[in-house]
Amino acid sequence: MEILVCIKRVPDTSENEIALNSAGNDIERDDLVYSVNEWDNYAVEEAIQIVDRVGGSVTVVTVGDDESEEVLRREMAMGANKGLLLADDAFAETDGRGIATILKAAVAKGTYDLILTGALADDGAGQVGGMLAAMLDYPFASVVNKIETVNDKTLKIGREIEGGNQEISEISLPCVLSIQTGINEPRYVGIRGIRKVASVEIPTLAAGDLGLDAAALAPKVKRLDYFVPALGKGAEMLEGSTEEIIAKLLEMLKAKGGLK
Amino acid sequence: MAQIFAYIVHKNGVADDTALELLTAAKKIDPAASVTAIVTGEGSALDAVAGQVAKAYNEVWKFSAPVFAYPNAEAVRPLLVKVLPAGAILLVAHDTFGMDLAPGLSIKLNAALVTDVVGIEGLDGSTLKLVRQEFGGQVSTHVAADVSTGAVLTPRAGSFTAAEAAASGPVVDKSAEAGDLVVKRRFIEVVAAEVGDVDITKEDVLVSIGRGIEEQDNIEIAQDLAKAMGAVVSCSRPIVDAKWLEKSRQVGTSGQTVKPKVYLACGISGSFQHLGGLKGNPFIVAINKNAKAPIFQVADVGIVANILEFMPALTEAIEEGK
Ligand SMILES: Cc1cc2nc3c(=O)[nH]c(=O)nc-3n(C[C@H](O)[C@H](O)[C@H](O)COP(=O)(O)OP(=O)(O)OC[C@H]3O[C@@H](n4cnc5c(N)ncnc54)[C@H](O)[C@@H]3O)c2cc1C
Ligand SMILES: Nc1ncnc2c1ncn2[C@@H]1O[C@H](COP(=O)(O)O)[C@@H](O)[C@H]1O
Repeated sequence: MEILVCIKRVPDTSENEIALNSAGNDIERDDLVYSVNEWDNYAVEEAIQIVDRVGGSVTVVTVGDDESEEVLRREMAMGANKGLLLADDAFAETDGRGIATILKAAVAKGTYDLILTGALADDGAGQVGGMLAAMLDYPFASVVNKIETVNDKTLKIGREIEGGNQEISEISLPCVLSIQTGINEPRYVGIRGIRKVASVEIPTLAAGDLGLDAAALAPKVKRLDYFVPALGKGAEMLEGSTEEIIAKLLEMLKAKGGLK
Repeated sequence: MAQIFAYIVHKNGVADDTALELLTAAKKIDPAASVTAIVTGEGSALDAVAGQVAKAYNEVWKFSAPVFAYPNAEAVRPLLVKVLPAGAILLVAHDTFGMDLAPGLSIKLNAALVTDVVGIEGLDGSTLKLVRQEFGGQVSTHVAADVSTGAVLTPRAGSFTAAEAAASGPVVDKSAEAGDLVVKRRFIEVVAAEVGDVDITKEDVLVSIGRGIEEQDNIEIAQDLAKAMGAVVSCSRPIVDAKWLEKSRQVGTSGQTVKPKVYLACGISGSFQHLGGLKGNPFIVAINKNAKAPIFQVADVGIVANILEFMPALTEAIEEGK
């Protein structure tokens, strides 16, 4: 099975406190630690496991810039066979639809039976996978937490729906699936693994190579600003020494029935 | 002015709570809008939902067919492409069905897509201004959507107050318009979530841990605190993904819905999917090393601290006081 996995380089929110820049038009990007989007890492692991079972190869692709090469290499160190970087200044101002348009153009240059995305990225949109599927006229399923191959035309999949219940379906190939965390346990990537793929050539395609012009990438949705909303009621913050905080907290917990 | 539609999710013959929230969202786009609800399904359950929704919406379009017996977005999407008028604005709740339906629908309709909408500021010409969040709720953004060719919007549950059931519209059976639909994803069954050794939904006091616990070995710190408090340990999703605790201990939209009296959120950022599982207005204490963590917006009491130090200190103080 030929599998394409779409990955994105994002600020790691568990490592960073996200703050606004002084102009309020972006987050403060200096000093941010970046990594591969959490959901995408599960998608790559799943693709590798499928190929281990049934054969084929895994290609990881990202729409980004030169710095995005590092996440492609990281996922290749995990076991993805090929990397593909889609980079062009013309890609910078586009929206989710534009990202899907770029990915679609890259899909057209290969033959893939299965395309995986993450369920969600840093923008919280969860849109690129479903858009890409519609552009390709492929069936789609979101928040997938189980994939079994039935035959070379069909997969049996599970979607994680509300309450942790699992919705089981059959889906025809080729298809696009957005992957939910927890579907597997992504393997660890050591520094040695990264070194091994450090000099592998990663082809880069620009707008022209993909036959895309500005009109095709014109956004319908534009981000106007970033802001931190006025707090709702906001928490009463306990301050002082640890002993003082604990004393106050114990009083509150007792009053609210939090200690038995 | 574009026509506004709301696709209503329902289960066991009852419309989802979001049904009336979508109506509020629609009125924020256009206060004068006549809003049409769309319901798909089969049999008496569908009729019940249609009747219920008609008490609030100006009109209800009902589509009954065996393929709609289970809500399969791969069947509903081609239906909507067929029946929605050009330039329509469609609202659907941002849940796992909306995530399945909306992105592809926006492409097929050539419409703008804005997902997980938490605020609607209004329409100016063909520009709709909306509010969403990024980075797990750490920052918000205003976005401008060009809705001149229509829009698909997925409002977040709980972000819009439920509308009063003020209108009373007819239910129009449009099943005949569905025609043949090509569906390449066939629903088989729903497998219920596993039941665990404890039932966190019945506990009054929960010590809940998130990614801030950092390592599997540190889970013990939470167990010690819970023991001292007479509480039970629950958690956020990453702890279950890492297989450090079982799924039945996960609080959130894809986990359990809990209704404790007291909820200690330790090293949990406060994503809406996590908070979606917290009901009944508990007393929330948040302990987080990041003073800007979104959890502090919903907590009653906040403590900026390293949980790996604070939790053992709290445990010790409780033990001493006994
Ligand atoms: C469809 C879908 C369904 C989902 N369902 C759920 C669900 O049911 N439940 C759920 O929880 N999530 C769910 N999620 C995931 C959700 O979006 C978040 O990713 C998740 O809730 C984040 O968990 P967290 O707060 O533990 O981790 P993070 O967001 O990484 O936050 C960790 C926090 O710990 C703090 N911290 C770190 N170290 C320390 C320390 N030593 N001391 C104190 N604080 C520290 C950090 O400042 C940070 O605020 C779902 C996502 C999707 C897409
Ligand atoms: N710039 C990008 N390059 C490649 N894939 C992307 C990009 N942005 C988003 N994706 C894919 O789409 C998924 C969902 O992202 P989003 O729709 O932005 O929430 C991600 O998990 C990725 O798999």
